[in-house]
Amino acid sequence: MIQAIAFYLFAFVVILSGALTIASRNPVHSVMWLILAFFNAAGLMVLVGAEFIAMLLVIVYVGAVAVLFLFVVMMLDIDFAELRAGVARYAGIGLAVAVALAAEVMIAVGAWSAGKIDLTRRVAPVDPAMPNIQAIGTLLYTRYVFIFEAAGFVLLVAMIGAIVLTHRERSGSRFQNVARQNARRPQDATRNVQPPVGQGVQL
Amino acid sequence: MTSFFNTTVGLPYGWAWFIATIVGILAIALPLMLAVAMIIYADRKIWAAMALRRGPNVIGPFGLLQSFADGLKVFLQETIIPSAANKGLFLIAPIITFTVALIVWAVVPFQAGVVLADINVGLLYVLAASSLGVYGIILAGWASNSKYPFYSALRAAAQMVSYEVAIGFILISVVLWSGTFNLSGIVMAQKGVLNTPINGFFLNPLLFPMAIMFLISSLAETQRAPFDLTEAESELVAGYQTEYSSMSFALYWLGEYANVILMCVLNATLFWGGWLPPLDWAPLYAVPGIIWLFAKMMFFFFVFSWIKATVPRYRYDQLMRLGWKIFLPVSLFWVFLVSGVLMWMRVGFGS
Repeated sequence: MIQAIAFYLFAFVVILSGALTIASRNPVHSVMWLILAFFNAAGLMVLVGAEFIAMLLVIVYVGAVAVLFLFVVMMLDIDFAELRAGVARYAGIGLAVAVALAAEVMIAVGAWSAGKIDLTRRVAPVDPAMPNIQAIGTLLYTRYVFIFEAAGFVLLVAMIGAIVLTHRERSGSRFQNVARQNARRPQDATRNVQPPVGQGVQL
Repeated sequence: MTSFFNTTVGLPYGWAWFIATIVGILAIALPLMLAVAMIIYADRKIWAAMALRRGPNVIGPFGLLQSFADGLKVFLQETIIPSAANKGLFLIAPIITFTVALIVWAVVPFQAGVVLADINVGLLYVLAASSLGVYGIILAGWASNSKYPFYSALRAAAQMVSYEVAIGFILISVVLWSGTFNLSGIVMAQKGVLNTPINGFFLNPLLFPMAIMFLISSLAETQRAPFDLTEAESELVAGYQTEYSSMSFALYWLGEYANVILMCVLNATLFWGGWLPPLDWAPLYAVPGIIWLFAKMMFFFFVFSWIKATVPRYRYDQLMRLGWKIFLPVSLFWVFLVSGVLMWMRVGFGS
């Protein structure tokens, strides 16, 4: 019973916070609702026994991606009137996407409940006694190792591309030369003098 | 404990589990709050001793009750909410910090088998929960609607995110060596490391640099000196806490010190043998494991205070350079090195 209560709690909060992500007027509040949605989705993952995915969801999305979102959104200077003016213009496209997604979910649920898909017959069988970190690791590094590495390369290329696109030489700015700073010693920078009374120090 | 409530008291299993879990949570959280109060006192005393001062010595014997007096003081103060603040987020932010600081303790093993949630992704849970800690600070800075807290929040967020990357890689080398993400498993893997009678990964020459880097990263992660740029009083007033008063301020203090104690415990657990005695020698196991863990935790807290009292504060660009240009590449290289050595030890060359 506690699983059912937890499931409905998490599912309700995911849907509610998803709706509020769209509905809230303040973009920072939107990001906060999005984070709550991620967090509760992680809770749902724990319930189905995928604790590794749940933890990764929290570490990657909540801990890193959403922080960057929040950073950007906080520093934006947002004109709320202008934002709301765009709603009517994009309503058509938004509605089309929503309908398409809803149709996909219905087709998937319909196909599943028609009973033609055997979810237990997997391409790569998994030993049920294995903890799921081990199971995922075994599959990723044996059967799917090339696809996994290809995914790594795609991400690497994307990262390099982002750096190349945004990188520009700045000529006017001054940089800290850390090696020079570390190499500096007190005896090079200071001088011990005992000036006679009434006379200053020659700099 | 579940079986005690189930069989001795005679409750159905569900209720027995529920009550046992609540009792377990209280048995961790309440002593933790007491520990936080005493550790603030210890911090001030150590800091004072290093500065040749006396530190708190008025309230109670040796000033032992100073933290409680401070707690009472903030509790009786008025909670001030700035009129320009975003009220909801302003009040939620300290609660997030405090809660996140407490939830990590669920997976910390205090002794053989004494752990609230013995989950197989324990270390990932620690990482996940500690990555949530940054929200309490960012939200405080933004919701205060005041410039110093905002600067401080940006600094804190950048700092915590960059050092988390290095911590992640450091933890991977520990996980590779011990072969499990479960914290109790990691402690047990440190028993008699490298066939010597010493317990703790620090003895392993491959993991010792990681132990040092983890100690430094944990200073940065908890924003202790020399990385306390978020609360640099000469630049940012009191940092993200500037607009907070009364209990909302106290929650930040409690959360911050609970995080510091947690990092001390994690240092002890991951590299210095956790609840195992320092030597793998039978008579030492007669002492309960929690005492060994506590002793190691106190030692690391002393190191934290020592550093706070003696090391000057970093410049911000130095902090970022240390995180991204030194710790990240070194720890990434170390993951390759450790996994290579383990392959060679367990599989051998060829094939």
